[in-house]
Amino acid sequence: MNPRRKKRMFTILAVLLGIGSAIGLTLYALQENINLFYTPSELIEGKGENKEKPFIGQKLRIGGMVVPGSVVRDEESLDVEFKLIDTGPLVTIRYHGILPDLFREGQGIVAQGVLIEPNVIEAFEVLAKHDEEYMPADVAEAVKGIKHEKPKYNLNNGGY
Amino acid sequence: MIAELGYLSLTLALAFSILLSVYPMVGAVKGNLRLMQSAPAFALAQFLFTAISFGILIYVTLIDDFTVAYVASHSSTTLPWYYKVTSTWGGHEGAVLLWVLMQTGWTAIVAFASKSLPWQLRARVLSILGFLGLGFILYTLLMSSPFERLLPYYPIEGHDLNPLLQDPGMIIHPPLLYMGYVGLSVSFAFAIAALLMGKLDNTWAKWSRPWTMAAWLFLTLGITIGSWWAYAELGWGGWWFWDPVENASLMPWLVATALIHSLAVTEKRGVFKSWTVLLAIAAFSLTLLGTFIVRSGIIVSVHAFTTDPGRGSFILSFLALVVGGSLLLYGLRAGTVESSSRYKVLSREVALWLNNLLLCVATLIVLLGTLLPMVHKELGLGTISIGVPFFNQMFFYLLAPFALLLGLGPMLRWKQNKFSHLTKKLIGALIVTSVITFAWLYSSYENVSTTTLVGVFFALWVSLTVVIDLLDKLSKEGASITKLGNSFWAMHTAHLGFACVVLGVTLTSAYSVEKQVKVNPGEQTQLNEYSYRFEGVKAIVGPNYKGHAGVVTVFKDEQKVTELYAEKRQYDVGMQVMTEAAIDAKLSRDLYLALGEQLSNGAWALRIYEKPFVRWMWLGGLLMALAGVIMMLDKRYRRKASVASEMKGVTA
Repeated sequence: MNPRRKKRMFTILAVLLGIGSAIGLTLYALQENINLFYTPSELIEGKGENKEKPFIGQKLRIGGMVVPGSVVRDEESLDVEFKLIDTGPLVTIRYHGILPDLFREGQGIVAQGVLIEPNVIEAFEVLAKHDEEYMPADVAEAVKGIKHEKPKYNLNNGGY
Repeated sequence: MIAELGYLSLTLALAFSILLSVYPMVGAVKGNLRLMQSAPAFALAQFLFTAISFGILIYVTLIDDFTVAYVASHSSTTLPWYYKVTSTWGGHEGAVLLWVLMQTGWTAIVAFASKSLPWQLRARVLSILGFLGLGFILYTLLMSSPFERLLPYYPIEGHDLNPLLQDPGMIIHPPLLYMGYVGLSVSFAFAIAALLMGKLDNTWAKWSRPWTMAAWLFLTLGITIGSWWAYAELGWGGWWFWDPVENASLMPWLVATALIHSLAVTEKRGVFKSWTVLLAIAAFSLTLLGTFIVRSGIIVSVHAFTTDPGRGSFILSFLALVVGGSLLLYGLRAGTVESSSRYKVLSREVALWLNNLLLCVATLIVLLGTLLPMVHKELGLGTISIGVPFFNQMFFYLLAPFALLLGLGPMLRWKQNKFSHLTKKLIGALIVTSVITFAWLYSSYENVSTTTLVGVFFALWVSLTVVIDLLDKLSKEGASITKLGNSFWAMHTAHLGFACVVLGVTLTSAYSVEKQVKVNPGEQTQLNEYSYRFEGVKAIVGPNYKGHAGVVTVFKDEQKVTELYAEKRQYDVGMQVMTEAAIDAKLSRDLYLALGEQLSNGAWALRIYEKPFVRWMWLGGLLMALAGVIMMLDKRYRRKASVASEMKGVTA
């Protein structure tokens, strides 16, 4: 093999090694870090064709509307509990800490946490979108049953 | 009427972008000098009419013309004037117009700052930039015009600018970021022009380099300020969320970083030519991909963005055209490129090549992490999210090899290096770095994790090798500090910046402490060495909001350190509630307070953070940007001056 070929071989091998290890590591890390998204109905009734339900202890994300009147703050601590709904059953979220500014009853939020009882989630993160009219996309779909509904005029503030 | 003039003006800009993309290119192909020489005039006209259009958008915003839909939904009468100006890029349509303004602005600057380029190249570069301008202007006119009217029923009061965007950071962040994105289109145009001419030589790399550096500089500043804004404004104490919108800006940055390194090799050594071209194409393609991700509504993100499949398909088609076209051209032409010089395995070339490889792997990881959830969803497999831990873990794996190289690279020579020349320096650096790392961490902190150890070690390693290299250069070549040249200083400044970022990220991730408490007025709470006394709240009234400020006095060893006002604002128009964090910033630590909800009996929820070394991240970003400035001040790039001196000849 002439030096030029040899160098090219070396180059190609190194590139393959780089990309290969990147993808390998990615897949490995993904196994631990993918969180499935559920709506309250999917959590209770199962998700997809096989009606798969999450297991107790599973890390997941859930999105829904905060049920009006369901937010209960503990008198002594920063513990808070509220219920989420989309179209069917209710799911209880427990959280310790300060809720985001845009968290309000009757509005959409996404919580990330661990399933501790079949319908109770211990959340470690509660997110409300930057926008006050926010409804998580999946919930919007579940509620309306319409895919890709185009807004009449976009009153969102775009962000940056 | 005036808004229609804005639209009309943009239409005229479109006409000039068509002229610009056609005439000079035809001229270049046919060798017609007059056609080629038309390029600067078209470029200038394109920019002027876009500028008029943008000026009109600012004007209709300032006069509160709520018949214009964009103004009605992004501004209000009570908004301070500077935020009214900001609101012109606070939403999708205006942001796109700003993008167009910058695109045509860069084109105009290139047109007039490239006088020393041969017309063959100059005309082609401008023509390609004109074509890109054409794409963006067309997109604005057809899909997202900010001049649409709400007639006959229009609101008396506007919808107001999202309070989150009412922040000084937001005034400068998007323009800087877009300057960076759009600047990459210049490197792209140079690469494509060089491919078209089949002349991939050092000259092309030399011309392209300062432009790429400028784009990278703006991108670096934009990302740094974006991160600082998120930290100061969002009240969650974080600085990077690995959100698709953030990732969209990080990917071009990573590739652009690879590009400026590989351009250096191409210019100095004449190798990596086709690779450099590929990077230039990739960097710009990633900005388009980012635009697609952010603007098409394909993502479920905490950042709010527009949802419109039509817009998504336009950008996707444009992306396919640009990427497909340039890759096709690349495939046809790149094979003919020959590298002129040789190098051994232990050389600066190989070190830089490995640096490029690692940066591309990093980009690939971000790309996978960002796109997988979307692909997953589009395939009907349900919604997944790929969390922050994934990205953190992957970037941690990349840190060690990258930082090791970064310390080693500057010490290596071009072509080849004997290992024995390095051993003394390397062993010295390793020992000193280890000693300092262990001594510092174990004397200052109780728990030292492997991650922290690795992070701090490599931050110090990079800094120390910079010092060693500097001392080495000064002692060996007998050079004085002033003789070392801009590229030398730029390189080391940027590398020190990287070290600062790593140090900041590592220490703040490892040793930040957080406390969320329920406090009554007069109550005191302790976190680490500081105690915080909640004095109560007082009412505040702003121009377009009302609210409360939680007053907190901070003590350390019975001594008063500072008094902080953490605000909770409610904006008049949208009734939106916003947290304005109070920050006591020092190089060694930030005390960060955010006021939570009002609880029963006058108590409030309070969030307290102590974040050690968090400033170092942004300081690092600023150092990297400074490196870009130093590089660009290099005499070699002051082309006008050099051309003038060449012309004067004897006098110079």
